[in-house]
Amino acid sequence: MESRLYLPEGEILRVEDLVVKFYTYAGVVHAVSGVSFYVKNGETIALVGETGCGKTVTTRAITRLIESPGRVESGRALFRRPSGELVDLLRIDTEILREIRGKEIAYIFQDPTSALDPLYTIGFHIHETIAEHSKNAKKKYTFKKAVELLRQALIPNPEVRVKNYPHEMSGGMRQRSVIAISLSNSPRLLIADEPTTNLDVTIQAQILDLLRSLQEQYKMGVILITHNLGIVAEVANRVYVMYAGKIVEEGTTEQIFYNPQHPYTKLLLRAVPDPTKRVEKLESIPGVVPSLINPPPGCRFQPRCPFAIIKCASEEPPMIRVEDEHRVSCWLFEKS
Amino acid sequence: MEFVYKALKKVIWFYAGIREKLSRGWITKNSSRIREWELMAYAYSKSPIGVIGGIIVFIVFILAVIGPIISWEPYWEYKIVINESYRYMPPCLTPSCSGNPLLGTDEWGRDVLAMSLYGMRISFVISIVVVLLGAPLGIVLGLLAGFKGGIVDEILMRVTDIFLAFPGLVLAIAFASVLPQRLRGVLEANSVLRSFFASLFGLREAEYGQIAALLSIWFAMVIVWWPGYARIVRGSALSVKEMPFIEAAKLSGLSTWSILFRHLLPNVISPILVMMTFDIATATLFAAALSFLGLGPQEPVPELGFMISKAGQFFPERSSHVVVYLGSLLLFIAIGWNLLGDALRDILDPRTRRAIEYRFEKEEKKRG
Amino acid sequence: MSQELLVKAQGVKKYFRVRGSLTKKIRAVDGVDLSIRRGETLGVVGESGCGKTTLGRVILRLLDPTAGKIVFEGKDITRARGNLLKEYWKNAQMIFQDPHTSLDPKMTIASILLEPIRFYKINVGDEEEFLTRQMELVGLGKEHLYRYPHELSGGQKQRVAILRAIITRPKFIVLDEPTSSLDVSVQAQILELLKDLQRKFNLTYMFISHDISVVKYMSNRMAVMYLGKIVEVGPSDSVFENPQHPYTRFLLAAVPIPDPKIARTRQKLIIKGEPPSPINPPPGCRFHPRCPFASEECKRQEPPFIEVEKDRYVYCWLYVKK
Repeated sequence: MESRLYLPEGEILRVEDLVVKFYTYAGVVHAVSGVSFYVKNGETIALVGETGCGKTVTTRAITRLIESPGRVESGRALFRRPSGELVDLLRIDTEILREIRGKEIAYIFQDPTSALDPLYTIGFHIHETIAEHSKNAKKKYTFKKAVELLRQALIPNPEVRVKNYPHEMSGGMRQRSVIAISLSNSPRLLIADEPTTNLDVTIQAQILDLLRSLQEQYKMGVILITHNLGIVAEVANRVYVMYAGKIVEEGTTEQIFYNPQHPYTKLLLRAVPDPTKRVEKLESIPGVVPSLINPPPGCRFQPRCPFAIIKCASEEPPMIRVEDEHRVSCWLFEKS
Repeated sequence: MEFVYKALKKVIWFYAGIREKLSRGWITKNSSRIREWELMAYAYSKSPIGVIGGIIVFIVFILAVIGPIISWEPYWEYKIVINESYRYMPPCLTPSCSGNPLLGTDEWGRDVLAMSLYGMRISFVISIVVVLLGAPLGIVLGLLAGFKGGIVDEILMRVTDIFLAFPGLVLAIAFASVLPQRLRGVLEANSVLRSFFASLFGLREAEYGQIAALLSIWFAMVIVWWPGYARIVRGSALSVKEMPFIEAAKLSGLSTWSILFRHLLPNVISPILVMMTFDIATATLFAAALSFLGLGPQEPVPELGFMISKAGQFFPERSSHVVVYLGSLLLFIAIGWNLLGDALRDILDPRTRRAIEYRFEKEEKKRG
Repeated sequence: MSQELLVKAQGVKKYFRVRGSLTKKIRAVDGVDLSIRRGETLGVVGESGCGKTTLGRVILRLLDPTAGKIVFEGKDITRARGNLLKEYWKNAQMIFQDPHTSLDPKMTIASILLEPIRFYKINVGDEEEFLTRQMELVGLGKEHLYRYPHELSGGQKQRVAILRAIITRPKFIVLDEPTSSLDVSVQAQILELLKDLQRKFNLTYMFISHDISVVKYMSNRMAVMYLGKIVEVGPSDSVFENPQHPYTRFLLAAVPIPDPKIARTRQKLIIKGEPPSPINPPPGCRFHPRCPFASEECKRQEPPFIEVEKDRYVYCWLYVKK
């Protein structure tokens, strides 16, 4: 029995109840346990969390980039293609998925150096990306397109740079090249995994600004993965806070920062020094992230939560609506 | 391979017991270390080639140690003096020839099996000592070169290059022409040295001339052996010295030598141990090869390579049993060390460590 | 906090030879004057290539300065060797960035901690008791003493590294990105611990980091470095709220603020271009190729240090009164 695929108007991606497990020698790691989110055209959502919360696995999983011993167990990833056709990325033919990857959905990763093959020029990378997705890509055409893309990525002297090898460029330049490559086929959705973590703060500002303007120009949806709350405040429209493989809170950026509900979100915000405010002491979160091999029953944050009640240890809380677009997964907000 | 693990564990805890008696609280302070040993013993026991290699090496070791003592035929008695027909008697494997040596006789009518017991001691001693002398020399120089860098590194590496460039064979020939004369004189004069080396190799003091030849092979081999270690250790040292804990050691007031031996060495030693194990196999074969070429001891010393060389003249009509048996023996020894080295490499590989650790813990839990 | 100077660096330079070239040099630190007062935390910020890490190591004498003078507690330690250097290190220590590589993986925690004690021949009585008490200072238990570093978490390892640094009760500690490798929640714990220990033992910190928010939180005074030179220095609040040097303005404008309203409404200053190479720094003021206010003088001559307010210094021609 096939349920009809439906995506609300304006949304480009909707992920529902994604579950990803890793079958390792140590046991089964419940990396992602029922994650749902959506992205609208032209908006930027942020997946925020600390190491091991599952944000990277989630974004890899939606285009089936997870390899053994990992497995996408269940869930749906509904994507609206440029033709208007709706597909479930987790179920379509691998051929069609390969078409989509690199053309309609693009990725940017944390380390630009390892995303580029040191044996080929930037121009060749772009040529390869375009040629992969269109039948008659001639070198002359792709070369011109490459120069144009590098110019859009604010790389000075793009005609010269297009012939550069990765090692001839600085870190910031490489990341901009990676962005240019990912844009070569005008994707509708861009997934950026910690794109500026390895870069200097001034270069980071340049890259974020670039991403913002390119998003406007291409009307892309952007999924931004980061652990840096400052970046989230700067660029994201909506935020999903992840912990131990689950989303614990979601809302608009303002809602999350000014009206955080989940205890983890609150503690996280208080652990980050805000230079514009007078901070007496940084709040720390006692304890450690639980092992995802045998996750504790009930709420995963309960062992470290200063507000935990008895119910938290035995039952997993559902997503409870706090205000429009703002939901939190926590028993403290259960409406009786 | 459960019993292997249990046996090794007994050895570990026996040792721990002794240390505990010497200083109370030793076990608590070294509980993590003991666990590391248990982990390695476990990993070893899980590797069939490792256990086989270990058994072979163990057998070789035992035979090498007791060989000259239990050998029933003294090597210095040429049986052919009694009767020419004793030369190259074929192996006696059927009851019909009972009374004759099991594996036949060699050039001088001696029981090949009995001779090989002497030969094993000689091969074993040479190979072990070459590696045990050559490796530390190379390691120390490599550590120094890698850590100090600059001019020291350049000089040491050029010296290493010079030694590496020497073809071992040519050097051995050169040494074999000059050294035995000199060493002969030394051994002739000094009775302490003479008796020491004689008992080391399981030979009579009267053979001091041949012992001199053995020693000259030794020298040649050690000189050829150490540069390889220097190179490898230098490479590892170069990367480890960048680690912050080395800087921290400097800040703790440690001198260069202290840093080299307390911090650098333990962190580069693993691949070296593996290399040393493989090297013992190589050294065994290399020493036999040198003797085969006549650069080592001559009759009556029953060196394996030399005996094969002599038998080569009558191969394959009369002496195939000698060649096959002694050749297989050398092969056996080399395989043993190689298998052990393979297993050691797998055990010491940090990448497979976590998988081993989890299995170890699971089995520990099962045992309760 | 006193006005007494604990560390004074004058004209410190550190050049590295470029591999394969006899003349080219990487001018990592190119003439730095710095003073650190007893009991304070001096923050040093800057981006990659600015020389802050090298400066920290030169001040600690892990590297030999190419030029300049370093004075600690009134003693000139610029060319110190042997015993004088060891005496210095009893009083000046370092906490490194990556806890996974700053502890020898082959040694137990106890051995790591005992090393400085033994080499400085400090008499502590019963070693085990001593170590147990010390571990409490950083929130670790006795059970961790005989473990190997890989059996501890990142946060725990960093605590051990901190304990190792203070175990000889030094006066001065250089912290090189001590929390950059740690998760946000662990970072908060470690920063509070560092503050706590500073109070307890009257420590003086030189806090090097690329994370300006953290530096502002931890430091009394802040120095901003660019391409081997200090461009601005002063009380942290003042530098942050009122940056004088153009580079500082760009730098601070680039820091992501975890507050959406402020982030959206504040002035956008995006810096142009890439930082030049420290092998061939531009003539005159290092920043002039990227500075919107660069004048002819900036291109030709290096600016002097101007005191714009009490205790506030800027290295820029804009502030020289004609």
